[in-house]
Amino acid sequence: YCLSGHPTLPCNVLKFKSTTIMLDCGLDMTSTLNFLPLPLVQSPRLSNLPGWSLKDGNAFLDKELKECSGHVFVDSVPEFCLPEVRLRRANNLSTVDVILISNYALYDALPIHTRHTGFTAQCMPRNHQCQKAQSASLLLPSPLKDAVEVSTWRRCYTMQEVNSALSKIQLVGYSQKIELFGAVQVTPLSSGYALGSSNWIIQSHYEKVSYVSGSSLLTTHPQPMDQASLKNSDVLVLTGLTQIPTANPDGMVGEFCSNLALTVRNGGNVLVPCYPSGVIYDLLECLYQYIDSAGLSSVPLYFISPVANSSLEFSQIFAEWLCHNKQSKVYLPEPPFPHAELIQTNKLKHYPSIHGDFSNDFRQPCVVFTGHPSLRFGDVVHFMELWGKSSLNTVIFTEPDFSYLEALAPYQPLAMKCIYCPIDTRLNFIQVSKLLKEVQPLHVVCPEQYTQPPPAQSHRMDLMIDCQPPAMSYRRAEVLALPFKRRYEKIEIMPELADSLVPMEIKPGISLATVSAVLHTKDNKHLLQPPPRPAQPTSGKKRKRVSDDVPDCKVLKPLLSGSIPVEQFVQTLEKHGFSDIKVEDTAKGHIVLLQEAETLIQIEEDSTHIICDNDEMLRVRLRDLVLKFLQKF
Amino acid sequence: MDPECAQLLPALCAVLVDPRQPVADDTCLEKLLDWFKTVTEGDIFFPVGSLNLTPCKKKVWELLGEERSSRGTPGAVPLVTPGLGRPHRVQCRAAAGAPLPGGAAVPCAESPGPEFWGPLLLTPPGRNLRSPGKLLPVSSGAVDTIFSLQGDSSLFVASAASQLLVHVLALSMQGGAEGQPCLPGGDWPACAQRIMDHVEESLCSAATPKVTQALNVLTTTFGRCQSPWTEALWVRLSPRVACLLERDPIPAAHSFVDLLLCVARSPVFSSSDGSLWETVVRALSCLGPTHMGPLALGILKLEHCPQALRTQAFQVLLQPLACVLKATVQAPGPPGLLDGTADDATTVDTLLASKSSCAGLLCRTLAHLEELQPLPQRPSPWPQASLLGATVTVLRLCDGSAAPASSVGGHLCGTLAGCVRVQRAALDFLGTLSQGTGPQELVTQALAVLLECLESPGSSPTVLKKAFQATLRWLLSSPKTPGCSDLGPLIPQFLRELFPVLQKRLCHPCWEVRDSALEFLTQLSRHWGGQADFRCALLASEVPELALQLLQDPESYVRASAVTAMGQLSSQGLHAPTSPEHAEARQSLFPELLHILSVDSEGFPRRAVMQVFTEWLRDGHADAARDMEQFVATVLQVASRDLDWEVRAQGLELALVFLGQTLGPPRTHCPYAVALPEVAPAQPLTEALRALCHVGLFDFAFCALFDCDRPVAQKSCDLLLFLRDKIASYSSLREARGGPNTASAEATLPRWRAGEQAQPPGDQEPEAVLAMLRSLDLEGLRSTLAESSDHVEKSPQSLLQDMLATGGFLQGDEADCY
Repeated sequence: YCLSGHPTLPCNVLKFKSTTIMLDCGLDMTSTLNFLPLPLVQSPRLSNLPGWSLKDGNAFLDKELKECSGHVFVDSVPEFCLPEVRLRRANNLSTVDVILISNYALYDALPIHTRHTGFTAQCMPRNHQCQKAQSASLLLPSPLKDAVEVSTWRRCYTMQEVNSALSKIQLVGYSQKIELFGAVQVTPLSSGYALGSSNWIIQSHYEKVSYVSGSSLLTTHPQPMDQASLKNSDVLVLTGLTQIPTANPDGMVGEFCSNLALTVRNGGNVLVPCYPSGVIYDLLECLYQYIDSAGLSSVPLYFISPVANSSLEFSQIFAEWLCHNKQSKVYLPEPPFPHAELIQTNKLKHYPSIHGDFSNDFRQPCVVFTGHPSLRFGDVVHFMELWGKSSLNTVIFTEPDFSYLEALAPYQPLAMKCIYCPIDTRLNFIQVSKLLKEVQPLHVVCPEQYTQPPPAQSHRMDLMIDCQPPAMSYRRAEVLALPFKRRYEKIEIMPELADSLVPMEIKPGISLATVSAVLHTKDNKHLLQPPPRPAQPTSGKKRKRVSDDVPDCKVLKPLLSGSIPVEQFVQTLEKHGFSDIKVEDTAKGHIVLLQEAETLIQIEEDSTHIICDNDEMLRVRLRDLVLKFLQKF
Repeated sequence: MDPECAQLLPALCAVLVDPRQPVADDTCLEKLLDWFKTVTEGDIFFPVGSLNLTPCKKKVWELLGEERSSRGTPGAVPLVTPGLGRPHRVQCRAAAGAPLPGGAAVPCAESPGPEFWGPLLLTPPGRNLRSPGKLLPVSSGAVDTIFSLQGDSSLFVASAASQLLVHVLALSMQGGAEGQPCLPGGDWPACAQRIMDHVEESLCSAATPKVTQALNVLTTTFGRCQSPWTEALWVRLSPRVACLLERDPIPAAHSFVDLLLCVARSPVFSSSDGSLWETVVRALSCLGPTHMGPLALGILKLEHCPQALRTQAFQVLLQPLACVLKATVQAPGPPGLLDGTADDATTVDTLLASKSSCAGLLCRTLAHLEELQPLPQRPSPWPQASLLGATVTVLRLCDGSAAPASSVGGHLCGTLAGCVRVQRAALDFLGTLSQGTGPQELVTQALAVLLECLESPGSSPTVLKKAFQATLRWLLSSPKTPGCSDLGPLIPQFLRELFPVLQKRLCHPCWEVRDSALEFLTQLSRHWGGQADFRCALLASEVPELALQLLQDPESYVRASAVTAMGQLSSQGLHAPTSPEHAEARQSLFPELLHILSVDSEGFPRRAVMQVFTEWLRDGHADAARDMEQFVATVLQVASRDLDWEVRAQGLELALVFLGQTLGPPRTHCPYAVALPEVAPAQPLTEALRALCHVGLFDFAFCALFDCDRPVAQKSCDLLLFLRDKIASYSSLREARGGPNTASAEATLPRWRAGEQAQPPGDQEPEAVLAMLRSLDLEGLRSTLAESSDHVEKSPQSLLQDMLATGGFLQGDEADCY
């Protein structure tokens, strides 16, 4: 079940055996680009933006919609595009057993899913402005007019809900096998994309589904991607590929450094809207090596985020998540990331917000890393307002999740320079092709966006997944039946029961034995136990209690095997005096018609029926003739 | 031959012939043969009869022929096949019972002995031996042995065997007893007949290695021998060769192409040889794209060739680019490249087959066209516009910006996107195309794609380097306004766009990119430093400031390039804008560079500084001219302490420039140069010499004369010789002052030898130094220095002594063995 239309912010539900597993719960935040930024302090510029009115002069929306440099924005708290609701209701997905999270960017919708016990109770009061805007959507200018899934937009969750959701998280280690109700086993594998990022294997005894989401084969700070464990998959669900397949991360890092240096040398400031984890570690590491060579050692680097401190510190202590080189440093012990040294030498300073110490320490020119990359909320809004008027300053976009032009739209006109060098280390299509050749899954399932070239580059046939058999695709609100059929189930057998079996070889290498046992099923595990012994005949006249009843162990009939050769069977019938025999072929076997006796013998692969009218003698006679051709055990 | 060697040789022969003696390793034997070859190079008549001059030679030949087999070791007889650029030594494995050259394995009356192989092996093909035909024993197994060795598992042996076969064939065809060459239609000599039969048989073989061997023999034959008999040879064999084209796949296609081109290049064949051209025409249509390209290029490089064939060859060469162009153009473009060339199915198949085949074909095509472009015999008219369009398209396919017009184009987009290899080849060719003339829009087109390439964040360091090189070529060859020193109308705008990109590249985290950008800046300012447009655009940018910053770059190569670039910019007053706010930046660069020379831990930047200082002195840079003596003194003092010999050698170069400016330039030694009138020194000799003493030049030069690094000593010797010659005519100096007082200089000599300078510099009296100069045997020193330090070890005498020592080892007391 696909609940998200965004291929890099997936939210899928997998029903496998008796479990319901949600695979990631990314939150699509691109809807926030339609809203005005939330300034930390009152912004006269934003406050004084003119209201938007219809061409006919109707101004019923002018309080809610503001116009800025030809673009119209909703003036309210940003809303987010929630994962598909209708599909969940329609398919009774209200009880998800477990949610597997692949990386830090894919659990933003977690509080929404865990907010209530069931999914069905998640209706929030819809934003008034949005409703009105939607009603006037045909009249709105772009991009608001083109906004998708507006009906699912909701306000964000509260801190309490976040904490509640986080309290339900269970951390697991790489390659740790987790049993889900005894039915399936899930295992996280390193995906090489970010600290703690993982792919998942969901397998039963006879089926294996691999979920690959946000993986990277580049040599950066995380532990390398575990490809070997993905082999022999029946189905490989592939999501979270790079959003900019034509951009080389190395080149973009070069671009980032060059522009940063040029700006700072000219006395300008650099603003890097970013997430507090992920690529920022690589950028800091790169700057650690670069700033000295570029003569920028005296330029302060500021990292402002409520989680800046914990992000920098946690990155240094989870050796399990790090690449080999950094792991080795942990055991020396040395800080695996060089940002520790940057902090020690006061080149990098981190603050929870711009309030407090930052105001005292702040000096320019400087480089500021802060969020949110959408430029709609967070401390970055303040810096955009502060630095946007000077052409000496530069804003460098490194996160690929948002269109930088749309992000900048409410800040226009803007004097500061804007550089777009998105760094996305996730798999590109060439790497996917190599990965699939290596892993060789039987089937590949992926978002439909990956099965066709990007709309803007429709000729780039190399920018799509190319595999055999062709990948199965899904889209938002679509249900897909995975292309495998469960045929086997593992049943264990008690040792004493196994001892009692007497196998009989029916073919070389194949033995069969009849088993009489009780099938005991608990927690999705099946066990064959010896049948209870028949009750000893009671000598007394005491009436047998109902609870003492044992299963009715009838006299076992022999089991039959083999096939009936029709021609020989007909000859045998003739020898035994049957005449006027007619044989007809059917789709499943043969019908032997004894016209004189008005009897029909229906021979199929796994059954033989003798149909005659109340002539038990004849039926038994014919049955015995049939049994002559079959083996009994 | 040295008398010493001649004396040693008999003893060596005795050692070699003694089965009890361990033979020096094969390397020694090979060296011995090399030496013999050197000795006999001027003596091509080296048959047995002439050995009486040095009887030992015969003995050695006998030994070389016999010793291995008689010892029963798995070793071999070293064969030398001269006539090549360098001798090919081969180890001929002794097949059981097969007579080896030298004939010792199975003594046979008919097998050729050293009497035959010696002269044969030591004679280049085409050089007449004395009645060689008599020496060729046709019925012997020797030729069969060579045949079998052609298939030896060692490529060296197989190659040498083929070469030997060509020698034998050439010798046998040199005629009968009278030395007259065989007539083309006449009977072939028996030996040649056997070889021909073998070649024919091999050509018909189903085994590709056999065909390759035969083709290689023929290629070598036609390449080396240009006698009339080779034409007869081709007439006889060409049908067999042509038959190869009927096979599928064509065996040994690479060798086949080599043969055709070799035959076509041979002056023996006139351009009207129909059979040859017919075969070539067929080959151009039968061979695969991999082999068609080299054949087409070879044809186009021929001076004489049918025009129709040239046209066909050029079309073949253009096919891949035509396919690319056709797959991407939206509307029919100008005629030229697309005319009838783009529909070759094989080419299209190759382009579409895989990324590697597509990239390989395009790279080869671009390289072939690059090779062809500057040649005078290149096809005319040269489709400059179409080629430029195709190259630009290839580059756009590589960066993913091309718009395909067909499914082939779409496929190419996917295949070539991000293909660095093709990008590099296309940029190389694009740079070459700058030499062609074309309309201004072509220049615009080329510069636009180059700018995109330089600007693209996805361009790899190697691609950027090529892009810088190509940009430089286009800029320097761009049309200029006639009669105007300014750059054309196009360039100033381009420079305004280029410098921001260059700024970014100078800040790139990858040092290779910074280095390439600096090299580009150096070259551009060297050529255009005087152009007002360039100066204006450069000074309006931050490029000079960034280049200055890179003097502190952590990478030594970048520091070196920054030194060169800043030296160049400074020479032309471009190291900082002239505005008052840049007054600090406009200060002299000399202290900064001197600091690098003094303290930089790497040699490259220090060498670069010395080169810049030398240029400054030569060109009269303000920092050097302000106080030249002080400048030279300071630089020489720092350079003399440098541990890098190249820095010290460059110091001598600077000293030589200073000498030239003080005493007049050195005389040219070129016999054809116009003798310029002697330039009078800038100042009286006494003063000039005093200036030399003052700057410490003598200290520096004499120290360098005893430098442990030979090139430094050699350079110093040359400098002192120049100085001595220069003052030779000023004998009045000595006479006027009376006898020289050399005491102080002689006292300093030991210190010079010890590598110490006189303290303080300039203490020496000029007269004393001159006297010292005259007393030194500089010519003798120069000839001594001209010999390499290991010349003794490399001498034949040393080789013979070594071999003797090895042999004599056992003759001594074995108990002394250590």
